[in-house]
Amino acid sequence: MYDASTLFVQLLNGLSYSSTLFLVASGLALIFGVSKIVNFAHGSFYMLGAYVALTVISIMPNTAYGFWGGVLIAALIVGVVGCLIEVTILRRIYSAPEVFQILVTFGLVLVFQNLIFEFWGPDEVLAPRVPGLRGAVTIFGERIPQYNIVLIFVGPIFLGLLWWLTHRTRWGRLIRAATQDREMVASLGVNQTTLFTVVFFIGTFLAGLAGALQIPKESANLQMDINIVVDAFVIVVIGGMGSILGAFLAAVLVGVINAFGVLFFPQAVSVLIFLVMVLILIFRPNGLMGGRLIPQRPSDLSIDQPFRPQSRRAQQATLAVILALALLPLLAPIYVEVMMTEVFILAIFASSLHFLLSVGGIVSFGHAAYYGLGSYAAALVATRLGLPMGAGIVAAMLAAALGGVVFGWFCTRLRGVYLAMLTLAFAQILHALSVQMVSFTGGDNGIVGLARPAWLNSHVAYYYLALGAVVVATYLMRRALYAPFGYAFRSGRDSLPRSAAIGINVAFIQWGAFVLAGAFAGLAGALMAYHRGSVFPTDFSVATTVDALVMVLVGGVQSVSGPLIGALGYHIVSVELIRNLSDYWRLILGIFIILFVLKMPQGIVGAFMGRFGKGER
Amino acid sequence: MSTLTVNGISKSFYGVKAVQGVSFEIGPGQIMALIGPNGAGKSTCFNMLNGQLRPDTGSVTFGGHDITGSAPSEIWRHGVGRTFQIAQTFGSMTVRENVQMVLHSVNRRLWGLWSPLMAGYAAEADELLEAVGMQEQADRACCVLAYGDVKRLELAMALANRPRLLLMDEPTAGMAPKERNELMSLTARLVTERGLSVLFTEHSVDVVFEHANTVVVMSRGQLIARGTPEEIREDPLVQEVYLGSGAFLETSGIGQ
Repeated sequence: MYDASTLFVQLLNGLSYSSTLFLVASGLALIFGVSKIVNFAHGSFYMLGAYVALTVISIMPNTAYGFWGGVLIAALIVGVVGCLIEVTILRRIYSAPEVFQILVTFGLVLVFQNLIFEFWGPDEVLAPRVPGLRGAVTIFGERIPQYNIVLIFVGPIFLGLLWWLTHRTRWGRLIRAATQDREMVASLGVNQTTLFTVVFFIGTFLAGLAGALQIPKESANLQMDINIVVDAFVIVVIGGMGSILGAFLAAVLVGVINAFGVLFFPQAVSVLIFLVMVLILIFRPNGLMGGRLIPQRPSDLSIDQPFRPQSRRAQQATLAVILALALLPLLAPIYVEVMMTEVFILAIFASSLHFLLSVGGIVSFGHAAYYGLGSYAAALVATRLGLPMGAGIVAAMLAAALGGVVFGWFCTRLRGVYLAMLTLAFAQILHALSVQMVSFTGGDNGIVGLARPAWLNSHVAYYYLALGAVVVATYLMRRALYAPFGYAFRSGRDSLPRSAAIGINVAFIQWGAFVLAGAFAGLAGALMAYHRGSVFPTDFSVATTVDALVMVLVGGVQSVSGPLIGALGYHIVSVELIRNLSDYWRLILGIFIILFVLKMPQGIVGAFMGRFGKGER
Repeated sequence: MSTLTVNGISKSFYGVKAVQGVSFEIGPGQIMALIGPNGAGKSTCFNMLNGQLRPDTGSVTFGGHDITGSAPSEIWRHGVGRTFQIAQTFGSMTVRENVQMVLHSVNRRLWGLWSPLMAGYAAEADELLEAVGMQEQADRACCVLAYGDVKRLELAMALANRPRLLLMDEPTAGMAPKERNELMSLTARLVTERGLSVLFTEHSVDVVFEHANTVVVMSRGQLIARGTPEEIREDPLVQEVYLGSGAFLETSGIGQ
């Protein structure tokens, strides 16, 4: 065990990390509070701050003034970049549904990753030690860097500054007022546009500052954006959306848990933090200091026409397409079949997300959880138990459905942004487990060597299996969508009071939908596992979820056939062209996502239907 | 025999006594208006009947069942239909599907995964839509309807489980005078045809005196009067309570 002095020093280290977390999370909370945007790109501003500070400090004189001045300049530069992005992009999506907002900011994440890679290269860079704070302090016989001690005070100082700003200045009062009710603030004649831009400046400045302050402790690297933003989300959710004081308390909590978790559960630190979040959300669904979220006026995009079943002509067209796909192997070269196999599998995955998202209005931002559960269950059943593929597929669907049972139970107690964050948290827990439980999951190397049975070994045979699976899975999900269950699920999205008044237990129905969607996502994961012959932790990653979200978006959120078209379009564009042909795929994909949401939010099928009038959706 | 019996219900919020010992009964065929100045406790009282709030003390009995503090869906299963101040319907479904959704819930067929909702209870749905005069619009999307039509659809949905009591929270709020009278006449007709009772809260005195056959008046959390519209109009206590808006009785247009 550890003695008291180690624990105390670890507490101090935890508190110094809390300051970093608080700077990032308070900026995120400010931006969310006023603009109601869940800024996934907030970690990118943190990363940008770190890299810009490296460059600025390297050209500043190597003195204490040079360092702290450089940090400040870097943070200001990041704040200005934040302003520019607010003015050019984010301003256009304030009234869009939150899933679009999350997607746009994720597009920004990709753009930043690619640009920072271009400017600073792939290597990890550590800043020189800070002039004047090069030494270490000895506390109870343990040494701790002076710089870490200084950082401990940064958090409380900025908490004080932000309190002063929001309670003692006119601008701050406006920010608080807008956090409570931005329409009322607008109708009082306050120029919202400027207010939002200023808030974005402050928020991104704080993120940039945190990044710049971090580089003497931790080398700047290209993963720091996602790592910090997931932590910051957790903090904002624990603290209560939009509450600065809540963010501070939560940052201290997470920083300390993180520090002690490293000592006692080095394998499962992230799991520990997420478990704390889950516990807090169960007992305080709005976080420690969060008030009720004021429901936003529904935007134009969320007023939906009813789903219409296929007309006879559309049914004939569907049959013709299936027939054409069945004949494809006779005509097309083998790589087309391999590509189409992947498209079919991804279409199942996207359809399962579509079911949650557009039928029930549930933003499952961790849909990769079920996909990964499926792929890992299949791989484990095959490699550890030596069972045949059929058993693997069944195990995959059961494991993912069980994931739906467990996660759905928690998630259906929450709504909106909180629900999205909790689904993300579950996927991140599984991701962390798949990386850390090396003996069971193979860690970063994943599990390789899944063999298909002999009759499925050829690409053509597997192509037909995938085609059959996508046809059957889509058909079943369509039936569910038009059946009473799908409508009951939709009822909960359209009107909670009415649903309750007519005896629909919305949470229970949503729970069922999580299980159903989870099972199909698990099927997709298993089919992909057998397609590639391997599984990796990336199956659980945010990127996997975003892939599915983009497929649904590209196809059109409100079109039943959207996920299929979306999988085709997105997969061909992203995987086959961009990733194979260019180093700039993240940049191109990011810009593509942003432009798509801004210019064609109704998706391909939606745009097509809008142009050619009524018909099957 | 009474349909709904409210016996001495009270509710406080952080020490503020919103409702204190309110009792009344509604019998078959009654259209009862619950009125009172702002802050009188009408909404609190109403929400204790529909399951939104649990009374601190007192009891609510409906058709022999104790429904004190029951969940909204349970109260509904016992045969209480309700409409909301801002109509609550399912915007992304057609008019008929809205009613079919309720009918599926009535018959406990929510978990069907195979046969389409559209194929179930279509005739019953059309019958209900006809009762409220919405059969022409059965295939339209709910989100494109005029508000008066949404209200009528909501009424059809509230009738789907053959309720014996309808709770209507400010049924005519946000409606034009002509639409108001149409909706309330429709309600009155349904009461006669189906042997319903209705309890509604209302701000519009025109509507109250035109369409209610019993009025209960609340002030400062207490029930201060109960009677026919004529009795209430003459009641000195009610007049005193409403003195702030003294023009209430003379200019309300009842005699016109």
